[in-house]
Amino acid sequence: MLGQLVELEADCKFYWLTGGVAALLVVASIIGWVLKRRLAGQLQVNEKSKKIVENLISRVNAWWVMVAVFAVAFLAGKLGTIILFAFISYFALREFMTLTPTRAGDHRALSLAFFLLLPLHYYLIYTEWYALFTILIPVYAFLLMPSISVLAQDTEYFLERTAKIQWGVMVAIYCISHAPALLLLEIPGFNGQNALLLFYFMLIVQLSDVLQYVFGNLFGKTKVAPVVSPNKTLEGLIGGGISTILIGTTMWWITPFTPLQSAGMAAVIVVMGFLGGLVMSAIKRSLGAKDWGSMIEGHGGMLDRMDSVSFAAPVFFHLVRYFFTP
Amino acid sequence: MMLIARLVRITFIGLVKLLVGANPRWEASAPSLSQTIYFTNHASHLDTLALWVALPAEIRKQTRPVAAKDYWGCGRVKRFIALKVLSAVLIEREVSRHNDPLSPLLAALNQGNSLIIFPEGTRRTQAEPGDFKGGLYHLAQAFPHVQLVPVYLDTLHRSMPKGSWLPVPLICTVRFGFPIALQAGEHKKDFLTRAREAILSLI
Repeated sequence: MLGQLVELEADCKFYWLTGGVAALLVVASIIGWVLKRRLAGQLQVNEKSKKIVENLISRVNAWWVMVAVFAVAFLAGKLGTIILFAFISYFALREFMTLTPTRAGDHRALSLAFFLLLPLHYYLIYTEWYALFTILIPVYAFLLMPSISVLAQDTEYFLERTAKIQWGVMVAIYCISHAPALLLLEIPGFNGQNALLLFYFMLIVQLSDVLQYVFGNLFGKTKVAPVVSPNKTLEGLIGGGISTILIGTTMWWITPFTPLQSAGMAAVIVVMGFLGGLVMSAIKRSLGAKDWGSMIEGHGGMLDRMDSVSFAAPVFFHLVRYFFTP
Repeated sequence: MMLIARLVRITFIGLVKLLVGANPRWEASAPSLSQTIYFTNHASHLDTLALWVALPAEIRKQTRPVAAKDYWGCGRVKRFIALKVLSAVLIEREVSRHNDPLSPLLAALNQGNSLIIFPEGTRRTQAEPGDFKGGLYHLAQAFPHVQLVPVYLDTLHRSMPKGSWLPVPLICTVRFGFPIALQAGEHKKDFLTRAREAILSLI
């Protein structure tokens, strides 16, 4: 039975996976509907649980939209997927820069970051120019963006501004782009199936977030970092983390990994995703905001949904590249 | 011609949302179809479009932005965009003896249209609005029943400041405040200060 799964065509696996995710969402939607009905039937409605249920329902609805967008992009192939992630980076960078106090002197560097650097970086993934892809932002953007800003001769907070802009560009473009960059890896015996690896990665990161949220809401007591992120609990992390690793193990048949390796990879994704959520939450708070934006109903902004992706993607990419490519 | 104008309008709305979001936030009052003058701070070329896009479609249909005739009135493309796409009211910037710059606005209000105006008259580089010119006062005097809604556009002075030719995409929240009204016997200067403060209170 398991052997048959591995033998399936990549397309066929993709349909099975999308069907599986859709089935999960149907279950989630039914749970939301039942909870809402049950609350409506109560005489005394607890405001807190009402809020949680409403948030749950809008989150699930947003998931339907996100899954649909991803499915269409995947079906459109490599170009479609790269364009989708370029837009994700664009919206993430827009949220980051909206909250970052930049000055008039940064205007030109920022415009170029959005309209030149971002498309160029994604174009490098498309043309599979790996060497330049890895250094374009950490080296060239790092040197050239302040060089453009300095021409405005505004020295007020120059280091702070430069550092913040570089941080935003690193997280929103460089880090997130490592997810679609999985498409350019040449893994022996896995030809033509890289889209599945990207699917695996996105599924594990997002499941980890969702399951931590579910376990946290059901059993959460001990807060991990109440100042930075009041919703993160130890129970959520452990319960959500372990169940994600278990699911990751059972998903080995869409990856080049063995079941054990798949468990290890899922564990790395869970840990990095958790750290990403914490760090991005601390940055958000230091910029004086609770959410990055309001693009995705119930979730907040694009960066609220992509914070764990941005931290997990580069590490997952490098692990796969180091251990599974010649 | 109508079809082209409609397509351009839809494209503009899409582009503005992609670029600066233009998310409306009704801080005090709910959006209403009654005749209104929206007055807002002016810091960028995107201001008119952002406010116009932030309005609910039904209200947008009856709301006309006010634009300078010397810039938007010349050239076929600019005229087409101003008159057919945005159905803007074009006004003279300079006051001359034979012409009252406000008369096209009074005519539009007489027809029952709502307006988007920039009481400062010109674009600024700062986040706060500058001193208001007298136009808003005269309109309020002539049309006491028309609502005056203050609006604050929050990031556009950073997105596309005066003198820049490429925008920086930043999310603009279009904050609509509580309507104000000209009080009986209120002096022009006091009213204009109060109107400006109504925008400042949204920052």
